[in-house]
Amino acid sequence: MATKISVTVNGTTHDIADVEPRLLLSDFLRDTLGLTGTHVGCEHGVCGACTVLMNGDSVRSCLTLAVQANGAKITTVEGLGTPEALNMLQAQFREHHGLQCGFCTPGMLMTGEDLLRKYPLATDEEIREGLSGNLCRCTGYQNIVAAIRSAAAMRSEKAP
Amino acid sequence: MKPARFDYVAPTTVDAAVEALRAANGEGKILAGGQSLLPLLNFRMARPAVLVDLNGIKELSFIELRGDCVVIGALTRHREIEQSPLIASKLPVMAAAMRHVAHLAIRNRGTIGGSLSHADPAAELPMLSLFYDATLSVQGPSGRRTIAAEDFFVDALTNCLEPEEIVVEIEFPILEHDGWAFEEVARRFGDFALASIAISVRRSGARIDDARVAVMGVADTPLRLGEVETQLGAIEINDQMPDRFSKLVTSSVSANGDLHASAEYRQHLLGQLARRAMQTALTAAR
Repeated sequence: MATKISVTVNGTTHDIADVEPRLLLSDFLRDTLGLTGTHVGCEHGVCGACTVLMNGDSVRSCLTLAVQANGAKITTVEGLGTPEALNMLQAQFREHHGLQCGFCTPGMLMTGEDLLRKYPLATDEEIREGLSGNLCRCTGYQNIVAAIRSAAAMRSEKAP
Repeated sequence: MKPARFDYVAPTTVDAAVEALRAANGEGKILAGGQSLLPLLNFRMARPAVLVDLNGIKELSFIELRGDCVVIGALTRHREIEQSPLIASKLPVMAAAMRHVAHLAIRNRGTIGGSLSHADPAAELPMLSLFYDATLSVQGPSGRRTIAAEDFFVDALTNCLEPEEIVVEIEFPILEHDGWAFEEVARRFGDFALASIAISVRRSGARIDDARVAVMGVADTPLRLGEVETQLGAIEINDQMPDRFSKLVTSSVSANGDLHASAEYRQHLLGQLARRAMQTALTAAR
């Protein structure tokens, strides 16, 4: 049994005729669309590496079926910025050395984007609580927190 | 780490969902937020023949005031409850607990009906349904019926639903109390609780004349401590009360241990959280 879905990823709409219901959104993005920026770590919702935005909300793409994304707008790390023009959060990750091996980075960025929109992030405690669902095996948390702290401050400056 | 094959149906009404479950002949499974079910599918610990996706049933997503109750549709996401002004003003203990429910990406998807049905003994919403004395409305092939939260949780990860029944909405009576508190400790913020307590008190002079106490993380189901609620009425409110409450709570619970924390540690932790919770509640009720 295969299903037809239409999903908009980073602004491009894809109509795919034969999606197997058991296909995970993470595998759809990586294998069907070739968007390998979304990383697959634990595949059971613990590590956060596969986090993407679905209709603006962060979701675990390994805990979402591709067929459930029918009609949805997905943003992956490829949709944030380009190597030449990083978006604000990506620039802060570079500025603060918020990545070591880079495996967790796409999930940290997509989680960070959602946190920055939804929470004040006024304290490091709040930032750490917000990041608690994303694991960095390099344990490079200090600089990830610093990058998000800096992004939160820049966001506040921009706000009217 | 990939799900086994299944057929997928996405009904747009509860009636159609119940019919799809019935047609699956015991081999069907309901998909709501999927934040507990998808891991089970990925591990192939669950291998349903048919997945019935409720996410297209818009009528199941709401938070509304009905008389002296707040009623929440089963498909309402944790994040919607977390930021609801109605929940904040009418069910403040629930509002305080919501940020402890997993992580933002999970709260964006996870639903109250799913959390209650999953019946994890260390999850916030099952405990809160006991705490608020909630009533679940469920629909099956023979129509709707209601189940009191205290009857719903049978064992760890086990509820009393029939295979073809779906939780439709949950009714939470509003508590008119003077002080409340929610305390939880987990190994990592957002993880399942090692121990947690919710309390709410109504004060009359130097006594508490009505109280609610529920705990989780220490037994196979969340627990409402009815005896402790009654015993509290006999204790005068003074500086020693948080300590005496703590002893009442720990003497009425015998914590389970597991690889995350020993029984002794959980018992100790629950006592500490109980004392802290009563201090907070009494300060508010002063």
